[in-house]
Amino acid sequence: MRRLLAAVALALIAAFLLAAPFAFKPYGVFILGMWAVMSIAAIGLNLTLGYAGQISLAQAAFVGIGAYVTAYLTTHGWPFWSGYVLAALACFAIGWLLGYPALRVQHHYLAFVTLAFTTLVYLVFRNEEWLTGGIYGISNIPRPSVLGLSMEPPRAFYYFCLAHLVLVSLATWWLIRSPWGRAFVAVRENPLRALSLGVDTRRYTLLAFALGAGLGGIAGALYAPLVQYIDPSPFALGLSLNLLLMVVVGGSGYFFGPYLGAVVAVLLPEWLRFTQGYYLMAYAVLVVFLMAVSPAGLLGLADRLLRARRAAAPRATP
Amino acid sequence: MLADILQLLVAGLATGAIYALVAIGFTLVWQTSQTINFAQGEFVMLPAFFVLIAMGHFGLAFWPAVGVATAVSVVVLGLLFKRLIVDPLIRHGVLPLVISTIGLSILMKEAVREFYGADAQPFPPLATDANVTVLGTAFSLQNVVVLALCIAAVGALQLFLARTRTGRCMQATAQNPTVARVLGIRVERMILYTFLINAALVTLASVLITPIYLAKFTNGEWLGLYAFIAAIVGGFNQVRGAIVGGLLLGVVDDFAAAYVSSQYRLALPLLILILVILFRPQGLLGRVEERTV
Repeated sequence: MRRLLAAVALALIAAFLLAAPFAFKPYGVFILGMWAVMSIAAIGLNLTLGYAGQISLAQAAFVGIGAYVTAYLTTHGWPFWSGYVLAALACFAIGWLLGYPALRVQHHYLAFVTLAFTTLVYLVFRNEEWLTGGIYGISNIPRPSVLGLSMEPPRAFYYFCLAHLVLVSLATWWLIRSPWGRAFVAVRENPLRALSLGVDTRRYTLLAFALGAGLGGIAGALYAPLVQYIDPSPFALGLSLNLLLMVVVGGSGYFFGPYLGAVVAVLLPEWLRFTQGYYLMAYAVLVVFLMAVSPAGLLGLADRLLRARRAAAPRATP
Repeated sequence: MLADILQLLVAGLATGAIYALVAIGFTLVWQTSQTINFAQGEFVMLPAFFVLIAMGHFGLAFWPAVGVATAVSVVVLGLLFKRLIVDPLIRHGVLPLVISTIGLSILMKEAVREFYGADAQPFPPLATDANVTVLGTAFSLQNVVVLALCIAAVGALQLFLARTRTGRCMQATAQNPTVARVLGIRVERMILYTFLINAALVTLASVLITPIYLAKFTNGEWLGLYAFIAAIVGGFNQVRGAIVGGLLLGVVDDFAAAYVSSQYRLALPLLILILVILFRPQGLLGRVEERTV
């Protein structure tokens, strides 16, 4: 029954995502594309935070690195895919290196190391004008073509982003069910016990960081051609905090958490534009309130309510 | 040359002393309640607006306005912050509270932007724009006053913590809440006191730093960062550490801006932070925290 419900819900959402571009104006399509890109970045962070339990404030830096690598290469005549692959690999490698502090320090210290990293990377984006264009950024970022089909029109590029989201989702789904994913959770729940059971906690911590970072890089590689103009400001600490909130509000450690979190953080503000500045305040209050009621986020809350109903049901029927 | 260096040193120490105030409050709250306040920067940003509102809307003079702002801060940023945000979350562990204070920082920032305005507001300075000449070197009166007030505040706090019964009870609570409770210390009350002291410290810091950087809703972003760096570099679990960290940060920041590169002035403190966390995570003066399995 529950499986059926979930399947129906997924089918409805898929139908909506496929049909939406025909009902929306170009700007609406752009925002949906942004949702897909931010979902990918949040899925990456969910691997690091939700499954492996390492709090990272570096995701904005990886999205930025991915975006700048892709923007630089594609505006210098390289094909999109070279930028894309290089962005993912570079972020994977840097994420691996950044994971080393995670082996030495925990929790809040790690948050501060990654926070410092994000700010340092932002400074490089802003100041190294020869490479990044400084505050003027990089403009006229071309969109790729796939199998001879140009992804230049907004609708086509939206489907391109959506396809990436689906691929990333499938890969992640497979990953967290694989022994690797189980090992991540073991490292999160009890590192000492995981170690004594023969899990190489060192390697899995690094891997969780690197994979999360690599997905951040992929999100960045899509972000650059989606927006077609990048400058340093979107990749400051604010985005890292925002992505962290997305993961936690949606439900960290839940597979669908990042998607829901991105809906709350990317789509809702646009649909609730008439509320102006009050939306962010309401969002902030929601975060504070949610943490008090259900630190496991919206999905955690839904999970608990469902379970409470099921526990109550047998008692209701004599 | 020497005069330049001395001037820079005093200016750096003055801003560093302000960072130290913020870092001390941060450290106190962390020690007694394991609260990492990611909104600490916004806590420094807000009281300046309390002062401006008291002066602008209620027509108070500067010092009465500061008094009112301090009272409001102690209630809102001390008492209410603890009762409404920290208390319901404390049993969930460190991370939810971190997320919650991130939410709180967004709320405070947006509220100021929405209800007061996004433009930077001038803020009355504590001292006139004069210089004091000592040994042939001219120092800005502003810096000297800031430094003196910070030393007075920190000195008073240290006396309170070391010499009064309540202060010692607070220290005991910070070191070992369980034993403190067994000894009959009212731990809950001591924790509340640290929140109130933090609120008073950030108000003082706000009044001291806002004349230099103007009152703006985004001020908390970098102020918070500097407070974290000062607290961690000095030693997360030591008030002394926060003082050293703050002063060091202020001086390094000033010299980096003057002699290295103003574009990368923030980079040096950040690099120091990363190196300290990697090689001396307990901070320059800190003790090693025990790990529990």
